[in-house]
Amino acid sequence: MSTNVSSPEITFHSEHADNTKAIWRTFWILSALTIVELSIGLIIYNIHKGENPNATLVLAFKGMVCILTLAKAYYIVSVFMHLGDEVRNMIMTIVVPLGLFVWFIAAFLWDGSSWKNLRNKYNRIEVTPTKQVAPAATEKGAKD
Amino acid sequence: MSTVAVQQGTKWWSGGKSPFNASYGKVMMWYFLMSDAFTFGAFLISYGTIRFSQNHWVDPNHVFNSFPFAGHANLPLAFVSLMTFILIASSVTMVLAVHEGHKMNRAGVEKYMLWTILGGICFLSCQAWEWTHMLTGQHEVLVDGHIEFWNTTVAHNPFGPEVMFNGKEVATPGPIAFGSYFFEITGFHGFHVFSGIIINIVMYLKTRMKHFELRGHYEMIEKAGLYWHFVDLVWVFVFLCFYLI
Repeated sequence: MSTNVSSPEITFHSEHADNTKAIWRTFWILSALTIVELSIGLIIYNIHKGENPNATLVLAFKGMVCILTLAKAYYIVSVFMHLGDEVRNMIMTIVVPLGLFVWFIAAFLWDGSSWKNLRNKYNRIEVTPTKQVAPAATEKGAKD
Repeated sequence: MSTVAVQQGTKWWSGGKSPFNASYGKVMMWYFLMSDAFTFGAFLISYGTIRFSQNHWVDPNHVFNSFPFAGHANLPLAFVSLMTFILIASSVTMVLAVHEGHKMNRAGVEKYMLWTILGGICFLSCQAWEWTHMLTGQHEVLVDGHIEFWNTTVAHNPFGPEVMFNGKEVATPGPIAFGSYFFEITGFHGFHVFSGIIINIVMYLKTRMKHFELRGHYEMIEKAGLYWHFVDLVWVFVFLCFYLI
């Protein structure tokens, strides 16, 4: 029933699946990925609650969540938004520019951590929270 | 999954047809969404930059640990998972509406559009509750050597590093950038959800008034669907950046 002419510009009409199997399969995949993400979130929470949180372990779990998020994004875009059904040229005009994000993310996060290092090195205000006294760190908090 | 049966050797760029085999409106919706992705990306990356420049950031499990009608129970991630599932579910009903549109089933489109609108309204209500909770919830903060009670706003962050004061652990003010970015980005996303609901309501009414049936296709539902799925897509990343890591 997908032969309805939506635009004279369209040369080939896509044949849409008769059933909703692919949609529900994607729904279950997305739900499962979300549940895995949530359990990783709770694992991170429990690591933080412990005495000496292992920073490397937390970072590894956070990296895993990022990868799962990209997987979810892939399923939403390719199945729900039907981008996977478009012709290759169109997919590329959308996906390739988004590749700029790789450098945006790397450059800006790098910059951010550089600010932190420079500030910690040259600022005269002691930034490490001391466990004994009420700090005068209030000023710093307000300034940031 | 549907596929385009494209013949080999088609001269896509010789004129007279769309080289992308898609209508003008659909192509432009995609490019709008791509530019919107850059807007959201810029916001999230700027948030990341500021977060990386701080020695201390808030622990999301500590900030987002409440649930409506659950009092002071410590339930990290619970409410935001509910919001995430509401949005995924409304995404599914949207794609089902598009599916019914392909089959030219007007009643089916109407039914699923209503479910999608309902999902969007539920999500916005959850967000309204969360914002209210953050803006009104009071937390102990040590300011200039005495205890104050602060809420979380664009100018106050009561979730800074903890210090010992009078024999107990108490938080000091944290970077105010947390509140600014949280309300900016979730607010911008919430505004997208809101406009998505408006678009979906218009599409529902047009379906009901048989506009698409007379036109012979339900492509407008597909375009509204693209926007709605994009809103869900952005939430996936907001969920990652603010609640999970």
